Amino acid sequence: MIWSSFSEFVHMGGYGLYVWGSLGGTAGLMLIEMAWVKQSRSAVVRQITQEWTAAAVQAKEAQP
Amino acid sequence: MRGFAAVLRRDLLLAMRRKNEVVTAIFFFVVVAALFPLGIGPEQNTLRLVAPGILWIGALLASLLSLGRLFASDFADGSLEQMALSPNSLSLLVAAKISAHWLLSGLPLVLLAPLLGLQFDLPSTALWILTLSLLLGTPVLSLIGAIGAALTLGVRGGDVLLSLLVLPLYVPTLIFGAGAVQAEMSGLGSAAHLSILAAMALVAAVFSPWASAACLRLALET
Amino acid sequence: MKSTIFHFAAPQNFYRLAGQLWPLFGVVALLLTAWGLWLGLCVAPIDFQQGQAYRIIFVHVPASWMSMVIYVVMAFWALLGLTFNTRLSGMMGQALAPTGAIFAFLSLWTGALWGKPMWGAWWVWDARLTSELILFFLYLGYIALTHAIDDPRRADKAGGILALVGALNVPVIYFSVQWWNTLHQGASVSITKGSSMAQPMLEAMLIMSLAFWMYAIAMGLYRVRLIILLRERHAHWVTQLPEFNSASQGVAA
Repeated sequence: MIWSSFSEFVHMGGYGLYVWGSLGGTAGLMLIEMAWVKQSRSAVVRQITQEWTAAAVQAKEAQP
Repeated sequence: MRGFAAVLRRDLLLAMRRKNEVVTAIFFFVVVAALFPLGIGPEQNTLRLVAPGILWIGALLASLLSLGRLFASDFADGSLEQMALSPNSLSLLVAAKISAHWLLSGLPLVLLAPLLGLQFDLPSTALWILTLSLLLGTPVLSLIGAIGAALTLGVRGGDVLLSLLVLPLYVPTLIFGAGAVQAEMSGLGSAAHLSILAAMALVAAVFSPWASAACLRLALET
Repeated sequence: MKSTIFHFAAPQNFYRLAGQLWPLFGVVALLLTAWGLWLGLCVAPIDFQQGQAYRIIFVHVPASWMSMVIYVVMAFWALLGLTFNTRLSGMMGQALAPTGAIFAFLSLWTGALWGKPMWGAWWVWDARLTSELILFFLYLGYIALTHAIDDPRRADKAGGILALVGALNVPVIYFSVQWWNTLHQGASVSITKGSSMAQPMLEAMLIMSLAFWMYAIAMGLYRVRLIILLRERHAHWVTQLPEFNSASQGVAA
């Protein structure tokens, strides 16, 4: 461990903004991508379920 | 060969009947070349420095403008399908269409460029190299652009999409084309740039009609 | 043995396989990231020339490398799909593209944050950054094209051709930009030129690259499952999936 204190770690020899800006941006975008992909999945499942129930309702109504 | 000549003549004839489309692209080139100094400032030395890039980008944009039309009207009236079904190789017919496109929108730029170069006070050797670089480069623009035009045929928002697809692929041509003129002006000699442009033209001439034909078949299947 | 490969070329079988694999890749990515960041941020010493700012390479370089690797992989799947006309190969390209585009963007973002303290400008026309910018445009073009075409098979094939044309052009673009950069340089600017790397730095960089690679695979597998679901939703096997089982009872057999 090369840091003697947490505040030194955050400060990054004066370059804190740039280093944490890079790491933060990377982590942030990756988390956003994961959330986006999860949300897409729920949307797809929801869409397919709706299509099927609509088809089932139509089929029922078509029966004499 | 007869198929090639027939399609070439047909495209040229059709374009001559709709002259204003061809003229509009040329006019665009002239206007864009005039807009840049208005945006940059009239300082002679600056303009001379940026002239190769400006003129090349103007040629690029003018070429891009006319690409949308390359296959669209034939696609709409069914003649493209006829070409695909004919015994002639589709790649050959596509090569003919690209040649017509170059004659109508590339060659005029090549002929106009020295005139516009004078507006930027380019020395005469530079004007020469500018013309030569455009002569070698504008066919590459037509050839690469044809692939983009075939990919986006009949697609929603096709024109803007075409630009987005094709402009990154235009970068090497732009670099070596404008670079040739800059190299000439700085005394380094443009032979290397021009050779690379010629090589690119050769490779594109061999591969692009074939790739475009494949994309056209894809568009016709749907 | 041959039957195993073609077994997973069927979307139904690949769906299940991908569903089992993506969490594994995700966990490995997480562990590698933790290890890599520990090495890079807490063990690797300060750089003689660049101070602590050099630590940005631990995300910048992996992002750049992966943006290029993913594009090559997309082109590979495109070639496979166009040659063998398999549906799954086309879907893989579309599943990978967004992650690739995000990595290309991150490469530019972290590159700017590295450039500002080092060279005083948020952007420099360094050959590598400029090539990365063009790669980003190629990704955007691919995504725009595949989203604009309604017919999924045409979208796959058109995207595939575009990915291949792009992949063939990328070396040309890279070398032409190198040429352009070296002839026009005033002050020599190169973001990646620096002191030769010390062991822990190199190690951390490689581990982070591996971590990003695992992440990209996990994302690709997850996304391709979505694409399979959407495209195959009228197939019988989809109705039997656990995620739909409450609804499938309402569907006429």
